[in-house]
Amino acid sequence: MKKNKLLQNLYILLVFLFLYTPIVMVIIFSFNTSKMNIVWEGFTVEWYGSFFKNRTLMDALWTSVLIAVVSTAVSTVIGTLGAIGLSRYDFKGKELIDQLLYIPIVIPEVVLGVSLLCIFSIMNMPLGIVTITLSHITFCIPFVVMNVRARLAGFDRFLEEAAMDLGANEVTTFFKVTLPLIMPGVSSGALLSFSLSLDDVIISFFVTGPGSTTLPLKILSMVKTSVTPEVNALSAIIMLVLIVVISIRAGYSVKQIQKKQSLKA
Amino acid sequence: MESIVRIENVCKDYGENRVVRSLSMDIRKGEFLTMLGPSGCGKTTTLRMIAGFEQPTSGKIYIEDTEIHGKKPYQREVNTVFQNYALFPHMTIFDNVAFGLSIRKTPKEEIRKRVLEMLELVQLTGYENRKPDQLSGGQKQRVAIARALINRPKVLLLDEPLGALDLKLRKQMQFELKRLQKRLGITFVYVTHDQEEALTMSDRIAVLSKGILEQLDCPKNIYDHPASRFVADFIGESNLFYGTVQAKRGNEVVVMLETGTVTALSDDVRMGEIVDISVRPENLLMSPEPTPGFYCPGIIKEYVFVGNVQKVIIMLPSGKEVRVNQSAKIPELAVGTNVFLYWEKEDAVVISSPDNPIFHAVDNPVYSE
Repeated sequence: MKKNKLLQNLYILLVFLFLYTPIVMVIIFSFNTSKMNIVWEGFTVEWYGSFFKNRTLMDALWTSVLIAVVSTAVSTVIGTLGAIGLSRYDFKGKELIDQLLYIPIVIPEVVLGVSLLCIFSIMNMPLGIVTITLSHITFCIPFVVMNVRARLAGFDRFLEEAAMDLGANEVTTFFKVTLPLIMPGVSSGALLSFSLSLDDVIISFFVTGPGSTTLPLKILSMVKTSVTPEVNALSAIIMLVLIVVISIRAGYSVKQIQKKQSLKA
Repeated sequence: MESIVRIENVCKDYGENRVVRSLSMDIRKGEFLTMLGPSGCGKTTTLRMIAGFEQPTSGKIYIEDTEIHGKKPYQREVNTVFQNYALFPHMTIFDNVAFGLSIRKTPKEEIRKRVLEMLELVQLTGYENRKPDQLSGGQKQRVAIARALINRPKVLLLDEPLGALDLKLRKQMQFELKRLQKRLGITFVYVTHDQEEALTMSDRIAVLSKGILEQLDCPKNIYDHPASRFVADFIGESNLFYGTVQAKRGNEVVVMLETGTVTALSDDVRMGEIVDISVRPENLLMSPEPTPGFYCPGIIKEYVFVGNVQKVIIMLPSGKEVRVNQSAKIPELAVGTNVFLYWEKEDAVVISSPDNPIFHAVDNPVYSE
């Protein structure tokens, strides 16, 4: 038994090492005095300072955040409404639309990128922030729809009838009853959209134009010439932000579960 | 008496399927009216048409003399208690009950006062900060009732509200609901398939079958004088005999059955008409000799003991079985004994009904039931 336990722990350790070593290395080397990412020469925080002073890198970061915020907002609204429509109404061609929605998820990103580029050039649209945002909205919508529909599957239609029965019109019913109940699906769809948009490389690569370089594209181009520890510093900061966000979310849901259990007991 | 809901010639179709057939009925102000029938009889659909969740295919519904066709549920002064409670899971009990008032922008102070009053009325004081999933079924049901009643509706619609509760709790809630209705004087329209529930709670019962209103009357009349074969069969236990009217003397009619002759009272049957006679098991009597006016032989097949009464199952020569309930004090006769059935003339109900199988047999010789 004891031996089993040891093996178990060893296995878990290996899995975590495999997953997290590269990430830890990136963070460690962001404090390296050497410009090369190979040898450790000494400790410094200079790269964090120079990253914030690097105008092109900071510009790319803001471009990325702007695109991510706009495309998340738009795709969340469209996706949520679409999911409600699809789960509530029966109409001709519903099955077809249902299937078509999932194509952007399974289609190779290269194909999607090429086709979006084609569309934009046929329409004579100048490539830039607008085209990137539109493309991101395109591939985010299916993820929102999927998440919200999963939530709507267990939705009790009588709740909406009850709200209307008690005097709420359609709009009030939506905001007071429907939306709060599908909110977990909406928010996870939005989070997914945000992170998908923030780190998309392939599609953005096809539809980007001058002055609209996103952060992943910028890093990619920097890597081609030379990886500076500035990139490491940036990665470390992004990671830190993510860890904080995830911990808050996890902490919140743990609290919710504890609260429920303590009240039930 | 003043009517509060008037249903006029209402039909409802779902595609090819007609679930309510030209239903007309008046619901009186302040009464406890129950719509009773087996599943698929159209009772819930009718309730949902009054609430506004469904629109009639044809016909009209009036609430206090105003036609309500096309009005949305939130424009109607009626409230519903749903079968599965439909409490808002993301709100506290307080917010659930306060929902209707806060939609109408009632002042905070008044909301608080009325919610607490309402919770007291349904005996849930102290539960206002809980969430619905922390309550038992019976408590949830009380919240659902409080949430509907707080809006002071003209009519409270209840769709099988006790269906999910266990028997003991159901009996207790039946009593509480009736008490609440008497105290508040609000019209209750109650839907159930449980005839016992209908008989104990209602001022009047509307019996529905296949979308048709079979009878609308007070529980006693429904039980004692069923207007159709369906009502006689559905409400309580009934023995149904059918035969043709052979003789009439005043309101006394002699009916010839397949295997004998019986006597009953009726004003509105014609000579030669085919009728059903419904007799409750507690009114069916037996004796070793024929009684004047009756000749209806049978043999005792079985005794079943059920507490204070014993059920005697008697087989007629036609093979049909009838049930007699008698006091457990009466000594048992041997199984296989020949007896003659009879009843007090006023205890039998004569029903002239066109859905009698004999009619079908005449129209369609291969018909069999």
